[in-house]
Amino acid sequence: MLQVKAPASTLSVWLRASADRLPSNRGRHKGWIRVDLMEYQAKELFAKHEVPVLPGSVVETADDARAAAAEIGGQVVVKAQVKTGGRGKAGGVKLAETPDEAAEKAGAILGMDIKGHTVHRVLVTQASDIDAEYYVSYLLDRANRTFLAMASVEGGMEIEQLAVERPEALARIPVDAIAGVDAAKAAEIADAAGFGPDVRDQVIAILQQLWTVFTSEDATLVEVNPLVKTPDGKVVALDGKVSLDENAEFRHEEHAQFEDKAAADPLEARAKEKNLNYVKLSGEVGIIGNGAGLVMSTLDVVAYAGLELDQGSGPIRPANFLDIGGGASAEVMANGLEIILSDPEVKSVFVNVFGGITACDAVANGIVHAFDLLESRGDEVTKPLVVRLDGNNAVEGRRILSEFAAKAPEGLIEQVDTMDGAARRAAELAAAK
Amino acid sequence: MAIFLDENSRIIVQGITGAEGTKHTQRMLKAGAKIVGGVNARKAGQELDFTEFSPDAVLTVFGTVAEAMDKTGANVSVAFVPPKFTKDAVVEAVDAGVGLLVVITEGIPVHDTAEFWAYAQSKGNKTRVVGPNCPGVISPGKSNAGIIPADITGAGPIGLVSKSGTLTYQMMYELRDIGFSTAVGIGGDPVIGTTHIDTLEAFEADPETKAIVMIGEIGGDAEERAAAYIKEHVTKPVVGYVAGFTAPEGKTMGHAGAIVSGSSGTAQAKKEALEAAGVAVGKTPSETARLMREIYEKL
Repeated sequence: MLQVKAPASTLSVWLRASADRLPSNRGRHKGWIRVDLMEYQAKELFAKHEVPVLPGSVVETADDARAAAAEIGGQVVVKAQVKTGGRGKAGGVKLAETPDEAAEKAGAILGMDIKGHTVHRVLVTQASDIDAEYYVSYLLDRANRTFLAMASVEGGMEIEQLAVERPEALARIPVDAIAGVDAAKAAEIADAAGFGPDVRDQVIAILQQLWTVFTSEDATLVEVNPLVKTPDGKVVALDGKVSLDENAEFRHEEHAQFEDKAAADPLEARAKEKNLNYVKLSGEVGIIGNGAGLVMSTLDVVAYAGLELDQGSGPIRPANFLDIGGGASAEVMANGLEIILSDPEVKSVFVNVFGGITACDAVANGIVHAFDLLESRGDEVTKPLVVRLDGNNAVEGRRILSEFAAKAPEGLIEQVDTMDGAARRAAELAAAK
Repeated sequence: MAIFLDENSRIIVQGITGAEGTKHTQRMLKAGAKIVGGVNARKAGQELDFTEFSPDAVLTVFGTVAEAMDKTGANVSVAFVPPKFTKDAVVEAVDAGVGLLVVITEGIPVHDTAEFWAYAQSKGNKTRVVGPNCPGVISPGKSNAGIIPADITGAGPIGLVSKSGTLTYQMMYELRDIGFSTAVGIGGDPVIGTTHIDTLEAFEADPETKAIVMIGEIGGDAEERAAAYIKEHVTKPVVGYVAGFTAPEGKTMGHAGAIVSGSSGTAQAKKEALEAAGVAVGKTPSETARLMREIYEKL
């Protein structure tokens, strides 16, 4: 039976309890890249490390899909390349008998929207009969501070469903970060999952090759679902998911090619160019703060204030995450303000800084200079700013800002002493607009 | 008392000649910490003059941690080395058998952290590793190993453990009139050395600590496991705070470890787990401080 394999969904909620799939550094001094790879990129890394995959090529037009199918010969599968699960169900994976049919299928899939992801590329790959489907993965086991191998001879299905319904069918073997996976460890994993003698040796080899992908590419996840046995007895990776650790960027310049510029939010893309640690959310209060924990907390406090103020028209919400880190120079502050003020949803801005190492007078000067810089760039600031400064040199910082606020248009800059009070004021200003 | 770090701690700085290492050596000395030397293999033999910050602080740069410990009697190391060299620096400190190693460096590949953690384990886990990507440990009035500002508050009966640096400072500021036995920033990376649980265990055993503030954030299940530990083993009052209720799924919020995946790692789940363990959880840092203040007044 010829099967068109709908790619299995991404790793489960259950599995994610111990696996982080999008690690990020604070990234304030360097760019950071999205590190979830698409299937074709994962398979490129598989091929590089000799994990068996079927021949295929990634294309962006129907004509190229025709050419790719002609080169592969015979039946092909045309697969949407997006960073989300459920491609098969959404109609993003189709079988094609001929090159013309491949072009037709590719034409239908390209431009399709799958769970908010526009399809810009399709993978045209050799179709294969399937005798058996398996599952293997390596991931970071955060709770145990080590790595974990998971394997099952019941692949292809939703792995989270398997884990819940028949946990005994999914082998989970801890892998020591130093010892790694040698032939003996790979055999232990394969035998724990119950791979039969017909495929055992191949699976042991593949487990070692996948471990090489995991370690030498600095991945935090390598998953093959399904790994299949073809009618001629060969074991191949029919799909692949890889997440890379961007903290390891310094030893993997080649990973920069995996960055998906087209998928990035335009404001996030601009922030990244400026080396800002910015995440776009949907809301009305722009947020600038120092330190990831404090900024996360600031978002929460603004959201609570929004809920309290809501009179039925929908609560005010934080518009973004922006951690300016320890330095808070005028330029960083100006760049941050510029990004936030250009978000059309933003109606007020909350700058929340606790000066630990950062001195608040430097932050205050940063804000003052940021206004000058923005003015000289032709971006006049008209959205109100609420500032809360505490900690190192807060008195001087507040004095500098008070002086500046007195000269600025009425109500443009307000200072509030407490974080909760300032959040409430910023939400009120946004609600009043 | 206090935990992990006290007036007898003798500290060396790995990476003392770098910009961060130099700046924070100055700050630690000013805070009264006994910094007794530094390590940088390429600058071994240099003498560094820090007398501006502490009268007798002319510090020798040693080639290795082992040599520095041998010559100075150091029992604590603080590492400010760049990410690509951190794994080797940790391995070296573990080999030398230093008692406490505080790793401030951020941006370390998780494979490196997993390796150095496995290495420390394989050596019998004799070195307490705090971090990486953390602000360090301060026992106000006694010593300071890391970058936590020493002038926020003084010694007192509260123990603090936190994943976040600035929230540590904020909480110390909120409760500055009461003071802290020790504040421990354990870091926001997916893999860390000392955990919430390790720190809670130490606070429970420390007679100077009367109550504990625990700060968590989204990602992983460390807070849930800490909640289970509190329920079983902690008799002192604990108040908690969790950051990241509004964080969307699948986006990292600054810290490598701060990410919600599906229903796992959410702030709500952590809050519920802590409350089920009898921990009073504040909605905001200020409310959390108020909860602690109420407990303190009844102590």
